[in-house]
Amino acid sequence: MSDKIIEVKQLAKYYGKFKAVEDVSFDVYPGDVFGFLGPNGAGKSTTIRTMLSLITPTSGETRLFGRDLAHHRSYILSRIGCIVEKPDFYKYLSAQKNLEIFGRISGASITRSKIGEMLEFVGLKGREKDKVAGFSHGMKQRLGIAQTLLHDPELIILDEPTTGLDPQGIIDIRNLILQLKNERNKTVVLSSHILSEIELIANRMVIINKGRSLVQGSVSELLNNQELIVRIELDDLQKALQVMSDRWPQLEIEATGPNSLLIHLSHEIIPQVNNSLSAAGVNVFAIESKRKLEDYFLKLVKN
Amino acid sequence: MFWKSTYNEFIKIAAKPRSYIGLAAISALVSVILFAMKVDGKTYISFITSSFEQTLTFEGDILNGDLIAFIILQMLIIHVPLLVALVTGDLVSGEAAMGSLRMLATKPISRSSLLMSKFLAGGAYTLVILLWLGFMALGVGHILFGSGDLMVLNSDGLVILQNADLAWRFLGGFGVAYLALLTIATLSITLSCFSDNSIGPIVTTMAIILFFTIIGTLDVPVFDNIRPFLFTSHMIAWRSFFEEPFPIETIQQSVIILVVHIVVLIGVALFKFNKKDILS
Repeated sequence: MSDKIIEVKQLAKYYGKFKAVEDVSFDVYPGDVFGFLGPNGAGKSTTIRTMLSLITPTSGETRLFGRDLAHHRSYILSRIGCIVEKPDFYKYLSAQKNLEIFGRISGASITRSKIGEMLEFVGLKGREKDKVAGFSHGMKQRLGIAQTLLHDPELIILDEPTTGLDPQGIIDIRNLILQLKNERNKTVVLSSHILSEIELIANRMVIINKGRSLVQGSVSELLNNQELIVRIELDDLQKALQVMSDRWPQLEIEATGPNSLLIHLSHEIIPQVNNSLSAAGVNVFAIESKRKLEDYFLKLVKN
Repeated sequence: MFWKSTYNEFIKIAAKPRSYIGLAAISALVSVILFAMKVDGKTYISFITSSFEQTLTFEGDILNGDLIAFIILQMLIIHVPLLVALVTGDLVSGEAAMGSLRMLATKPISRSSLLMSKFLAGGAYTLVILLWLGFMALGVGHILFGSGDLMVLNSDGLVILQNADLAWRFLGGFGVAYLALLTIATLSITLSCFSDNSIGPIVTTMAIILFFTIIGTLDVPVFDNIRPFLFTSHMIAWRSFFEEPFPIETIQQSVIILVVHIVVLIGVALFKFNKKDILS
Protein backbone atom coordinates (compact mmCIF):
# COMPACT_ATOMS: atom_id res chain seq x y z
CA MET A 1 0.00 0.00 0.00
CA SER A 2 1.23 3.44 -0.93
CA ASP A 3 1.29 6.17 1.73
CA LYS A 4 0.17 8.67 -0.89
CA ILE A 5 -3.46 9.72 -0.94
CA ILE A 6 -3.26 10.86 -4.56
CA GLU A 7 -0.84 9.76 -7.25
CA VAL A 8 -1.28 11.32 -10.66
CA LYS A 9 1.17 10.16 -13.31
CA GLN A 10 1.57 11.67 -16.77
CA LEU A 11 -2.07 12.55 -17.03
CA ALA A 12 -3.27 13.73 -20.44
CA LYS A 13 -6.64 14.73 -21.82
CA TYR A 14 -7.12 15.69 -25.46
CA TYR A 15 -10.23 17.00 -27.15
CA GLY A 16 -9.43 16.26 -30.75
CA LYS A 17 -6.26 18.21 -31.45
CA PHE A 18 -6.69 20.44 -28.40
CA LYS A 19 -4.54 19.32 -25.49
CA ALA A 20 -6.34 20.43 -22.32
CA VAL A 21 -3.85 18.49 -20.19
CA GLU A 22 -0.65 17.14 -21.66
CA ASP A 23 1.57 15.84 -18.89
CA VAL A 24 0.55 16.40 -15.29
CA SER A 25 2.06 14.43 -12.41
CA PHE A 26 1.92 15.06 -8.69
CA ASP A 27 1.51 13.32 -5.34
CA VAL A 28 -0.53 14.28 -2.31
CA TYR A 29 0.19 12.89 1.16
CA PRO A 30 -2.17 12.46 4.14
CA GLY A 31 -2.57 15.69 6.09
CA ASP A 32 -1.46 17.93 3.24
CA VAL A 33 -3.15 21.12 2.28
CA PHE A 34 -2.05 20.75 -1.29
CA GLY A 35 -2.08 23.76 -3.58
CA PHE A 36 -2.87 23.16 -7.21
CA LEU A 37 -1.67 26.33 -8.82
CA GLY A 38 -1.81 27.56 -12.36
CA PRO A 39 -3.10 30.41 -14.48
CA ASN A 40 -6.56 30.29 -16.03
CA GLY A 41 -6.68 27.64 -18.75
CA ALA A 42 -3.65 25.78 -17.38
CA GLY A 43 -5.64 22.55 -17.04
CA LYS A 44 -6.42 22.61 -13.31
CA SER A 45 -10.15 21.92 -13.62
CA THR A 46 -9.62 19.24 -16.27
CA THR A 47 -7.13 17.47 -14.00
CA ILE A 48 -9.48 17.67 -11.03
CA ARG A 49 -12.39 16.40 -13.13
CA THR A 50 -10.35 13.38 -14.20
CA MET A 51 -9.48 12.73 -10.52
CA LEU A 52 -13.21 12.61 -9.79
CA SER A 53 -14.12 10.51 -12.86
CA LEU A 54 -16.13 13.33 -14.41
CA ILE A 55 -13.82 13.12 -17.40
CA THR A 56 -12.13 10.08 -18.90
CA PRO A 57 -8.42 10.82 -19.43
CA THR A 58 -6.80 10.17 -22.78
CA SER A 59 -3.80 8.63 -21.03
CA GLY A 60 -2.02 8.53 -17.70
CA GLU A 61 -2.69 6.99 -14.36
CA THR A 62 -4.70 8.29 -11.42
CA ARG A 63 -4.56 6.43 -8.11
CA LEU A 64 -6.33 7.56 -4.98
CA PHE A 65 -6.01 5.83 -1.61
CA GLY A 66 -3.66 3.39 -3.35
CA ARG A 67 -6.30 2.23 -5.82
CA ASP A 68 -6.78 2.79 -9.52
CA LEU A 69 -9.66 5.21 -10.15
CA ALA A 70 -10.78 3.42 -13.29
CA HIS A 71 -11.50 0.21 -11.38
CA HIS A 72 -12.44 1.42 -7.88
CA ARG A 73 -14.52 4.50 -8.63
CA SER A 74 -17.21 4.03 -5.99
CA TYR A 75 -14.76 3.09 -3.22
CA ILE A 76 -12.63 6.14 -3.97
CA LEU A 77 -15.50 8.61 -4.34
CA SER A 78 -17.01 7.46 -1.04
CA ARG A 79 -13.85 8.79 0.67
CA ILE A 80 -13.81 12.14 -1.13
CA GLY A 81 -15.76 15.34 -0.65
CA CYS A 82 -15.45 17.89 -3.41
CA ILE A 83 -16.54 21.13 -4.97
CA VAL A 84 -15.74 21.38 -8.66
CA GLU A 85 -15.68 25.00 -9.85
CA LYS A 86 -18.75 26.03 -7.85
CA PRO A 87 -21.38 24.20 -5.90
CA ASP A 88 -24.57 24.08 -7.98
CA PHE A 89 -27.51 23.14 -5.82
CA TYR A 90 -31.19 22.69 -6.62
CA LYS A 91 -32.39 26.26 -6.32
CA TYR A 92 -36.01 25.24 -5.77
CA LEU A 93 -35.07 23.18 -2.70
CA SER A 94 -34.03 24.29 0.79
CA ALA A 95 -30.46 24.02 2.06
CA GLN A 96 -31.46 21.05 4.20
CA LYS A 97 -33.25 19.22 1.35
CA ASN A 98 -30.21 19.75 -0.86
CA LEU A 99 -27.91 18.26 1.74
CA GLU A 100 -30.33 15.35 2.23
CA ILE A 101 -30.26 14.66 -1.51
CA PHE A 102 -26.48 14.66 -1.80
CA GLY A 103 -26.03 12.94 1.55
CA ARG A 104 -28.36 10.11 0.57
CA ILE A 105 -26.01 9.03 -2.25
CA SER A 106 -22.76 9.81 -0.43
CA GLY A 107 -22.28 6.22 0.68
CA ALA A 108 -22.84 6.97 4.37
CA SER A 109 -25.89 7.16 6.58
CA ILE A 110 -26.59 10.87 7.03
CA THR A 111 -28.88 11.91 9.85
CA ARG A 112 -30.68 15.23 10.19
CA SER A 113 -28.58 16.06 13.22
CA LYS A 114 -25.43 15.52 11.12
CA ILE A 115 -26.83 17.92 8.52
CA GLY A 116 -27.57 20.43 11.29
CA GLU A 117 -24.05 20.03 12.63
CA MET A 118 -22.52 20.69 9.21
CA LEU A 119 -24.73 23.72 8.60
CA GLU A 120 -23.64 25.09 11.95
CA PHE A 121 -19.98 24.41 11.11
CA VAL A 122 -20.21 26.50 7.94
CA GLY A 123 -22.23 29.25 9.62
CA LEU A 124 -25.59 28.54 8.02
CA LYS A 125 -27.50 27.55 11.13
CA GLY A 126 -30.96 29.05 11.02
CA ARG A 127 -31.01 29.11 7.19
CA GLU A 128 -31.64 25.39 6.70
CA LYS A 129 -35.27 25.83 5.63
CA ASP A 130 -34.48 28.66 3.19
CA LYS A 131 -34.45 27.91 -0.50
CA VAL A 132 -31.00 27.99 -2.08
CA ALA A 133 -32.33 30.36 -4.76
CA GLY A 134 -32.12 33.14 -2.19
CA PHE A 135 -28.55 32.37 -1.11
CA SER A 136 -25.60 34.61 -1.96
CA HIS A 137 -22.59 33.15 -3.76
CA GLY A 138 -20.68 33.01 -0.48
CA MET A 139 -23.52 31.15 1.26
CA LYS A 140 -23.70 28.64 -1.60
CA GLN A 141 -19.96 28.16 -1.32
CA ARG A 142 -20.28 27.47 2.42
CA LEU A 143 -23.21 25.14 1.78
CA GLY A 144 -20.95 23.42 -0.76
CA ILE A 145 -18.35 22.84 1.95
CA ALA A 146 -21.06 21.46 4.25
CA GLN A 147 -22.01 19.09 1.45
CA THR A 148 -18.42 17.90 1.04
CA LEU A 149 -18.15 17.12 4.76
CA LEU A 150 -21.44 15.28 5.25
CA HIS A 151 -20.05 11.77 4.89
CA ASP A 152 -16.86 12.62 6.81
CA PRO A 153 -14.47 12.09 3.87
CA GLU A 154 -10.71 11.81 4.33
CA LEU A 155 -9.91 13.89 1.27
CA ILE A 156 -11.48 17.21 0.32
CA ILE A 157 -10.99 18.59 -3.17
CA LEU A 158 -11.88 22.23 -3.69
CA ASP A 159 -11.61 23.68 -7.17
CA GLU A 160 -11.27 27.47 -7.10
CA PRO A 161 -13.38 27.78 -3.93
CA THR A 162 -12.97 31.53 -3.54
CA THR A 163 -13.79 32.57 -7.10
CA GLY A 164 -16.38 35.33 -7.15
CA LEU A 165 -16.39 35.87 -3.41
CA ASP A 166 -16.05 39.24 -1.72
CA PRO A 167 -13.02 39.80 0.59
CA GLN A 168 -14.93 38.69 3.70
CA GLY A 169 -16.16 35.58 1.87
CA ILE A 170 -12.60 34.74 0.85
CA ILE A 171 -11.43 35.04 4.46
CA ASP A 172 -14.36 32.89 5.65
CA ILE A 173 -13.59 30.13 3.17
CA ARG A 174 -9.87 30.30 3.94
CA ASN A 175 -10.59 29.94 7.64
CA LEU A 176 -12.93 27.02 6.96
CA ILE A 177 -10.21 25.25 4.99
CA LEU A 178 -7.71 25.77 7.81
CA GLN A 179 -10.29 24.42 10.26
CA LEU A 180 -10.71 21.33 8.09
CA LYS A 181 -6.98 20.72 8.26
CA ASN A 182 -6.39 21.65 11.89
CA GLU A 183 -9.57 20.52 13.65
CA ARG A 184 -10.79 17.69 11.46
CA ASN A 185 -7.47 16.33 10.15
CA LYS A 186 -8.60 16.37 6.56
CA THR A 187 -6.32 16.27 3.56
CA VAL A 188 -7.25 19.16 1.32
CA VAL A 189 -6.46 19.69 -2.35
CA LEU A 190 -7.06 23.29 -3.27
CA SER A 191 -6.87 24.54 -6.82
CA SER A 192 -6.50 28.22 -7.43
CA HIS A 193 -5.02 30.82 -9.70
CA ILE A 194 -4.80 33.17 -6.71
CA LEU A 195 -1.22 32.87 -5.57
CA SER A 196 -1.62 34.44 -2.15
CA GLU A 197 -4.34 31.94 -1.34
CA ILE A 198 -2.03 28.99 -1.91
CA GLU A 199 0.82 30.71 -0.12
CA LEU A 200 -1.32 31.35 2.95
CA ILE A 201 -2.98 27.95 3.21
CA ALA A 202 -1.00 25.23 1.46
CA ASN A 203 2.00 23.32 2.80
CA ARG A 204 2.73 21.57 -0.50
CA MET A 205 1.90 22.48 -4.07
CA VAL A 206 2.24 21.77 -7.74
CA ILE A 207 2.39 24.49 -10.36
CA ILE A 208 0.95 23.69 -13.75
CA ASN A 209 0.90 25.66 -16.96
CA LYS A 210 -0.31 24.85 -20.47
CA GLY A 211 -1.34 21.37 -19.35
CA ARG A 212 2.00 20.45 -17.84
CA SER A 213 3.16 20.25 -14.25
CA LEU A 214 6.22 22.45 -13.84
CA VAL A 215 7.28 21.89 -10.26
CA GLN A 216 5.97 20.34 -7.05
CA GLY A 217 7.12 20.25 -3.46
CA SER A 218 6.87 22.02 -0.12
CA VAL A 219 5.68 25.61 -0.48
CA SER A 220 8.24 26.97 2.02
CA GLU A 221 11.14 25.10 0.45
CA LEU A 222 10.21 26.16 -3.05
CA LEU A 223 9.97 29.77 -1.94
CA ASN A 224 13.02 29.85 0.33
CA ASN A 225 15.26 28.46 -2.38
CA GLN A 226 14.61 31.55 -4.38
CA GLU A 227 16.45 34.85 -4.25
CA LEU A 228 14.26 37.49 -2.63
CA ILE A 229 13.69 41.11 -3.40
CA VAL A 230 13.58 42.93 -0.08
CA ARG A 231 12.27 46.45 0.31
CA ILE A 232 13.68 48.32 3.32
CA GLU A 233 12.29 51.53 4.76
CA LEU A 234 14.87 53.52 6.73
CA ASP A 235 15.80 57.05 7.79
CA ASP A 236 19.30 57.51 6.31
CA LEU A 237 19.54 56.24 2.78
CA GLN A 238 23.12 57.39 2.04
CA LYS A 239 24.54 55.77 5.14
CA ALA A 240 22.57 52.59 4.43
CA LEU A 241 23.92 52.41 0.87
CA GLN A 242 27.42 52.88 2.19
CA VAL A 243 27.04 50.14 4.82
CA MET A 244 25.51 47.74 2.34
CA SER A 245 28.08 48.24 -0.42
CA ASP A 246 30.97 47.89 2.06
CA ARG A 247 29.65 44.69 3.62
CA TRP A 248 28.04 43.03 0.54
CA PRO A 249 29.57 44.55 -2.57
CA GLN A 250 28.16 41.78 -4.74
CA LEU A 251 24.51 42.59 -3.90
CA GLU A 252 22.29 44.43 -6.35
CA ILE A 253 20.96 47.47 -4.49
CA GLU A 254 18.55 50.04 -5.85
CA ALA A 255 17.30 53.22 -4.18
CA THR A 256 13.60 53.49 -4.85
CA GLY A 257 12.89 56.68 -2.87
CA PRO A 258 14.39 59.08 -0.33
CA ASN A 259 13.84 56.53 2.44
CA SER A 260 13.60 53.15 0.73
CA LEU A 261 15.73 50.73 -1.17
CA LEU A 262 15.40 47.35 -2.88
CA ILE A 263 17.99 44.63 -2.37
CA HIS A 264 18.25 41.29 -4.21
CA LEU A 265 19.42 38.76 -1.65
CA SER A 266 18.84 35.31 -0.27
CA HIS A 267 16.50 34.58 2.62
CA GLU A 268 19.13 33.90 5.29
CA ILE A 269 20.96 37.24 4.82
CA ILE A 270 17.97 39.35 5.90
CA PRO A 271 18.77 39.28 9.67
CA GLN A 272 22.41 40.20 9.01
CA VAL A 273 21.34 43.18 6.90
CA ASN A 274 19.05 44.36 9.67
CA ASN A 275 21.78 43.98 12.30
CA SER A 276 24.40 45.80 10.19
CA LEU A 277 22.12 48.75 9.49
CA SER A 278 21.15 49.02 13.16
CA ALA A 279 24.79 48.80 14.24
CA ALA A 280 25.62 51.67 11.87
CA GLY A 281 22.89 53.81 13.44
CA VAL A 282 20.42 53.53 10.58
CA ASN A 283 16.88 53.25 11.86
CA VAL A 284 14.95 50.51 10.03
CA PHE A 285 11.19 50.98 9.92
CA ALA A 286 10.17 48.09 7.70
CA ILE A 287 11.64 45.10 5.89
CA GLU A 288 9.31 43.62 3.30
CA SER A 289 10.13 40.49 1.36
CA LYS A 290 8.79 40.97 -2.14
CA ARG A 291 9.76 37.79 -3.90
CA LYS A 292 7.00 35.48 -2.90
CA LEU A 293 4.99 32.98 -4.74
CA GLU A 294 3.87 35.49 -7.31
CA ASP A 295 7.38 36.14 -8.56
CA TYR A 296 8.30 32.50 -8.39
CA PHE A 297 5.17 31.55 -10.27
CA LEU A 298 5.66 34.18 -12.97
CA LYS A 299 9.29 33.18 -13.39
CA LEU A 300 8.29 29.53 -13.87
CA VAL A 301 5.43 30.30 -16.22
CA LYS A 302 7.54 32.65 -18.35
CA ASN A 303 10.30 30.08 -18.63
CA MET B 1 -27.89 3.29 -3.62
CA PHE B 2 -30.13 2.93 -6.70
CA TRP B 3 -33.33 3.22 -4.66
CA LYS B 4 -31.97 6.17 -2.68
CA SER B 5 -31.13 7.89 -5.93
CA THR B 6 -34.61 7.09 -7.29
CA TYR B 7 -36.14 8.58 -4.15
CA ASN B 8 -34.03 11.70 -4.77
CA GLU B 9 -35.38 11.91 -8.30
CA PHE B 10 -38.97 11.68 -7.03
CA ILE B 11 -38.30 14.52 -4.59
CA LYS B 12 -36.78 16.68 -7.31
CA ILE B 13 -39.65 16.09 -9.74
CA ALA B 14 -42.20 16.76 -7.01
CA ALA B 15 -40.48 20.02 -6.02
CA LYS B 16 -39.98 21.35 -9.56
CA PRO B 17 -42.67 23.85 -10.59
CA ARG B 18 -42.64 22.67 -14.21
CA SER B 19 -43.81 19.21 -13.10
CA TYR B 20 -47.20 20.73 -12.35
CA ILE B 21 -47.62 22.37 -15.75
CA GLY B 22 -48.76 19.05 -17.23
CA LEU B 23 -51.26 18.38 -14.44
CA ALA B 24 -52.58 21.93 -14.65
CA ALA B 25 -52.86 21.78 -18.44
CA ILE B 26 -54.74 18.47 -18.31
CA SER B 27 -57.06 19.78 -15.59
CA ALA B 28 -57.81 22.93 -17.60
CA LEU B 29 -58.31 21.17 -20.93
CA VAL B 30 -60.47 18.38 -19.57
CA SER B 31 -62.53 20.87 -17.57
CA VAL B 32 -63.16 22.91 -20.70
CA ILE B 33 -64.18 19.81 -22.66
CA LEU B 34 -66.44 18.58 -19.83
CA PHE B 35 -68.05 22.01 -19.56
CA ALA B 36 -68.62 22.17 -23.31
CA MET B 37 -70.13 18.68 -23.31
CA LYS B 38 -72.37 19.51 -20.37
CA VAL B 39 -73.64 22.63 -22.10
CA ASP B 40 -73.76 21.53 -25.71
CA GLY B 41 -72.93 17.83 -25.76
CA LYS B 42 -76.19 16.63 -27.28
CA THR B 43 -75.69 18.85 -30.37
CA TYR B 44 -72.16 17.49 -30.72
CA ILE B 45 -73.38 13.88 -30.47
CA SER B 46 -76.29 14.36 -32.84
CA PHE B 47 -73.83 15.78 -35.37
CA ILE B 48 -71.85 12.51 -35.16
CA THR B 49 -74.88 10.20 -35.17
CA SER B 50 -76.92 12.05 -37.81
CA SER B 51 -75.55 9.93 -40.64
CA PHE B 52 -76.73 6.74 -38.86
CA GLU B 53 -80.13 7.91 -37.68
CA GLN B 54 -81.88 6.80 -40.89
CA THR B 55 -80.73 3.19 -40.40
CA LEU B 56 -80.29 2.96 -36.59
CA THR B 57 -82.31 3.94 -33.59
CA PHE B 58 -80.34 5.01 -30.52
CA GLU B 59 -81.95 4.31 -27.16
CA GLY B 60 -80.72 5.46 -23.76
CA ASP B 61 -78.20 8.17 -23.03
CA ILE B 62 -75.39 8.01 -25.58
CA LEU B 63 -73.77 11.07 -24.01
CA ASN B 64 -72.34 9.37 -20.94
CA GLY B 65 -69.10 9.47 -18.96
CA ASP B 66 -67.55 6.62 -20.93
CA LEU B 67 -68.07 8.33 -24.27
CA ILE B 68 -66.80 11.62 -22.88
CA ALA B 69 -63.69 9.85 -21.52
CA PHE B 70 -63.08 8.20 -24.90
CA ILE B 71 -63.42 11.53 -26.72
CA ILE B 72 -61.10 13.26 -24.26
CA LEU B 73 -58.48 10.52 -24.54
CA GLN B 74 -58.63 10.70 -28.31
CA MET B 75 -58.21 14.47 -28.26
CA LEU B 76 -55.47 14.72 -25.65
CA ILE B 77 -53.35 11.60 -25.98
CA ILE B 78 -51.59 13.23 -28.96
CA HIS B 79 -50.73 16.30 -26.89
CA VAL B 80 -49.78 14.63 -23.63
CA PRO B 81 -46.31 13.65 -24.99
CA LEU B 82 -45.37 17.33 -24.94
CA LEU B 83 -46.36 17.57 -21.30
CA VAL B 84 -44.35 14.44 -20.49
CA ALA B 85 -41.28 15.55 -22.47
CA LEU B 86 -41.38 18.91 -20.71
CA VAL B 87 -40.29 17.15 -17.52
CA THR B 88 -38.48 14.02 -18.71
CA GLY B 89 -36.43 15.85 -21.38
CA ASP B 90 -35.01 17.97 -18.58
CA LEU B 91 -33.97 15.16 -16.24
CA VAL B 92 -30.35 14.86 -17.39
CA SER B 93 -29.71 17.95 -19.50
CA GLY B 94 -31.45 20.27 -17.04
CA GLU B 95 -29.08 19.06 -14.34
CA ALA B 96 -26.14 19.43 -16.71
CA ALA B 97 -27.20 23.02 -17.44
CA MET B 98 -27.71 23.76 -13.75
CA GLY B 99 -24.39 22.14 -12.77
CA SER B 100 -25.92 19.72 -10.26
CA LEU B 101 -25.12 16.76 -12.55
CA ARG B 102 -21.46 17.46 -11.83
CA MET B 103 -22.15 17.14 -8.11
CA LEU B 104 -24.21 13.96 -8.53
CA ALA B 105 -21.53 12.35 -10.70
CA THR B 106 -18.88 12.82 -8.02
CA LYS B 107 -20.88 10.68 -5.59
CA PRO B 108 -20.14 6.98 -5.14
CA ILE B 109 -23.07 5.83 -7.25
CA SER B 110 -22.51 4.30 -10.67
CA ARG B 111 -23.58 6.37 -13.63
CA SER B 112 -25.80 3.51 -14.78
CA SER B 113 -27.67 3.55 -11.45
CA LEU B 114 -27.93 7.32 -11.59
CA LEU B 115 -29.43 7.22 -15.07
CA MET B 116 -31.73 4.26 -14.37
CA SER B 117 -33.10 6.09 -11.34
CA LYS B 118 -33.95 8.98 -13.65
CA PHE B 119 -35.67 6.59 -16.06
CA LEU B 120 -37.68 5.10 -13.21
CA ALA B 121 -38.68 8.51 -11.88
CA GLY B 122 -39.53 9.70 -15.41
CA GLY B 123 -41.67 6.59 -15.89
CA ALA B 124 -43.45 7.24 -12.60
CA TYR B 125 -44.11 10.86 -13.57
CA THR B 126 -45.52 9.69 -16.91
CA LEU B 127 -47.81 7.33 -15.02
CA VAL B 128 -48.99 10.15 -12.75
CA ILE B 129 -49.80 12.30 -15.80
CA LEU B 130 -51.76 9.46 -17.41
CA LEU B 131 -53.57 8.56 -14.19
CA TRP B 132 -54.54 12.20 -13.74
CA LEU B 133 -55.83 12.29 -17.31
CA GLY B 134 -57.74 9.07 -16.57
CA PHE B 135 -59.16 10.46 -13.35
CA MET B 136 -60.22 13.73 -14.95
CA ALA B 137 -61.69 12.10 -18.06
CA LEU B 138 -63.18 8.91 -16.66
CA GLY B 139 -63.71 9.77 -13.00
CA VAL B 140 -65.05 13.30 -13.34
CA GLY B 141 -66.78 12.29 -16.60
CA HIS B 142 -68.72 9.55 -14.74
CA ILE B 143 -69.61 11.95 -11.92
CA LEU B 144 -71.00 14.52 -14.35
CA PHE B 145 -72.49 12.29 -17.04
CA GLY B 146 -72.99 8.86 -15.46
CA SER B 147 -72.05 5.62 -17.23
CA GLY B 148 -73.52 3.78 -20.16
CA ASP B 149 -72.75 1.89 -23.35
CA LEU B 150 -69.93 3.26 -25.46
CA MET B 151 -70.45 4.18 -29.05
CA VAL B 152 -67.19 4.21 -31.01
CA LEU B 153 -66.91 5.42 -34.55
CA ASN B 154 -63.94 4.04 -36.42
CA SER B 155 -62.90 3.43 -40.02
CA ASP B 156 -64.89 0.18 -40.21
CA GLY B 157 -68.08 1.77 -38.96
CA LEU B 158 -69.91 2.14 -35.69
CA VAL B 159 -69.16 -0.14 -32.72
CA ILE B 160 -71.42 -0.25 -29.68
CA LEU B 161 -69.73 -1.67 -26.59
CA GLN B 162 -71.76 -2.74 -23.58
CA ASN B 163 -71.15 -0.85 -20.37
CA ALA B 164 -70.24 -4.07 -18.54
CA ASP B 165 -67.59 -4.69 -21.18
CA LEU B 166 -65.81 -1.35 -20.77
CA ALA B 167 -63.72 -1.50 -17.59
CA TRP B 168 -61.10 -3.92 -18.92
CA ARG B 169 -60.99 -2.09 -22.26
CA PHE B 170 -60.24 1.22 -20.57
CA LEU B 171 -57.68 -0.51 -18.35
CA GLY B 172 -55.98 -2.12 -21.34
CA GLY B 173 -56.24 1.10 -23.35
CA PHE B 174 -54.60 3.07 -20.58
CA GLY B 175 -51.92 0.38 -20.30
CA VAL B 176 -50.95 0.63 -23.97
CA ALA B 177 -51.23 4.43 -23.87
CA TYR B 178 -48.82 4.35 -20.93
CA LEU B 179 -46.38 2.27 -22.95
CA ALA B 180 -46.58 4.81 -25.78
CA LEU B 181 -45.99 7.71 -23.41
CA LEU B 182 -43.18 5.79 -21.74
CA THR B 183 -41.52 5.52 -25.15
CA ILE B 184 -41.73 9.31 -25.44
CA ALA B 185 -40.34 9.72 -21.93
CA THR B 186 -37.48 7.31 -22.73
CA LEU B 187 -36.75 9.09 -26.01
CA SER B 188 -36.58 12.49 -24.31
CA ILE B 189 -34.35 11.21 -21.46
CA THR B 190 -32.05 9.58 -24.02
CA LEU B 191 -31.83 12.83 -26.00
CA SER B 192 -31.25 14.58 -22.69
CA CYS B 193 -28.01 12.59 -22.29
CA PHE B 194 -26.67 14.18 -25.49
CA SER B 195 -27.33 17.75 -24.46
CA ASP B 196 -26.27 20.24 -21.82
CA ASN B 197 -29.29 22.49 -22.14
CA SER B 198 -32.81 21.66 -21.07
CA ILE B 199 -34.75 23.01 -24.05
CA GLY B 200 -32.92 21.07 -26.79
CA PRO B 201 -34.10 17.56 -25.87
CA ILE B 202 -37.71 18.71 -25.39
CA VAL B 203 -37.84 20.42 -28.78
CA THR B 204 -36.00 17.54 -30.47
CA THR B 205 -38.43 15.01 -28.98
CA MET B 206 -41.39 16.93 -30.37
CA ALA B 207 -39.62 17.34 -33.74
CA ILE B 208 -39.03 13.57 -33.94
CA ILE B 209 -42.66 12.83 -33.07
CA LEU B 210 -43.81 15.32 -35.71
CA PHE B 211 -41.40 13.96 -38.32
CA PHE B 212 -42.33 10.31 -37.74
CA THR B 213 -46.04 11.13 -37.59
CA ILE B 214 -45.85 12.85 -40.96
CA ILE B 215 -43.95 9.91 -42.45
CA GLY B 216 -46.49 7.56 -40.90
CA THR B 217 -49.49 9.36 -42.30
CA LEU B 218 -48.05 10.06 -45.76
CA ASP B 219 -49.70 7.56 -48.03
CA VAL B 220 -46.60 7.04 -50.15
CA PRO B 221 -45.43 3.46 -50.88
CA VAL B 222 -41.77 4.28 -50.26
CA PHE B 223 -42.51 4.53 -46.53
CA ASP B 224 -44.60 1.33 -46.38
CA ASN B 225 -41.70 -0.79 -45.13
CA ILE B 226 -40.65 1.48 -42.29
CA ARG B 227 -44.08 2.70 -41.20
CA PRO B 228 -44.91 -0.35 -39.01
CA PHE B 229 -41.65 0.12 -37.11
CA LEU B 230 -42.10 3.78 -36.23
CA PHE B 231 -43.18 4.20 -32.62
CA THR B 232 -45.52 6.99 -33.68
CA SER B 233 -47.51 4.46 -35.69
CA HIS B 234 -48.32 2.75 -32.39
CA MET B 235 -49.14 5.83 -30.33
CA ILE B 236 -52.84 5.28 -30.92
CA ALA B 237 -52.69 1.51 -30.38
CA TRP B 238 -54.78 2.03 -27.19
CA ARG B 239 -57.79 2.61 -29.49
CA SER B 240 -57.61 -1.03 -30.59
CA PHE B 241 -59.05 -1.97 -27.18
CA PHE B 242 -62.32 -0.39 -28.33
CA GLU B 243 -62.64 -2.37 -31.54
CA GLU B 244 -64.71 -5.42 -32.36
CA PRO B 245 -63.57 -8.05 -33.10
CA PHE B 246 -60.80 -7.49 -30.58
CA PRO B 247 -57.50 -7.12 -32.58
CA ILE B 248 -55.19 -8.95 -30.19
CA GLU B 249 -52.43 -9.44 -32.77
CA THR B 250 -52.35 -5.75 -33.66
CA ILE B 251 -52.08 -4.88 -29.99
CA GLN B 252 -49.36 -7.45 -29.39
CA GLN B 253 -47.37 -6.11 -32.32
CA SER B 254 -47.70 -2.53 -31.04
CA VAL B 255 -46.61 -3.57 -27.55
CA ILE B 256 -43.57 -5.36 -28.93
CA ILE B 257 -42.55 -2.41 -31.12
CA LEU B 258 -42.93 0.04 -28.24
CA VAL B 259 -41.03 -2.19 -25.78
CA VAL B 260 -38.20 -2.68 -28.29
CA HIS B 261 -37.99 1.10 -28.71
CA ILE B 262 -37.81 1.57 -24.95
CA VAL B 263 -35.11 -1.08 -24.49
CA VAL B 264 -32.98 0.22 -27.38
CA LEU B 265 -33.32 3.83 -26.23
CA ILE B 266 -32.34 2.93 -22.66
CA GLY B 267 -29.31 1.04 -24.03
CA VAL B 268 -28.22 4.04 -26.11
CA ALA B 269 -28.70 6.37 -23.13
CA LEU B 270 -26.68 4.13 -20.80
CA PHE B 271 -23.84 3.88 -23.32
CA LYS B 272 -23.76 7.64 -23.88
CA PHE B 273 -24.13 8.61 -20.22
CA ASN B 274 -21.37 6.25 -19.08
CA LYS B 275 -18.99 7.66 -21.71
CA LYS B 276 -20.02 11.27 -21.24
CA ASP B 277 -17.39 13.78 -20.13
CA ILE B 278 -19.19 16.03 -17.68
CA LEU B 279 -17.88 19.46 -18.60
CA SER B 280 -20.78 21.64 -17.53
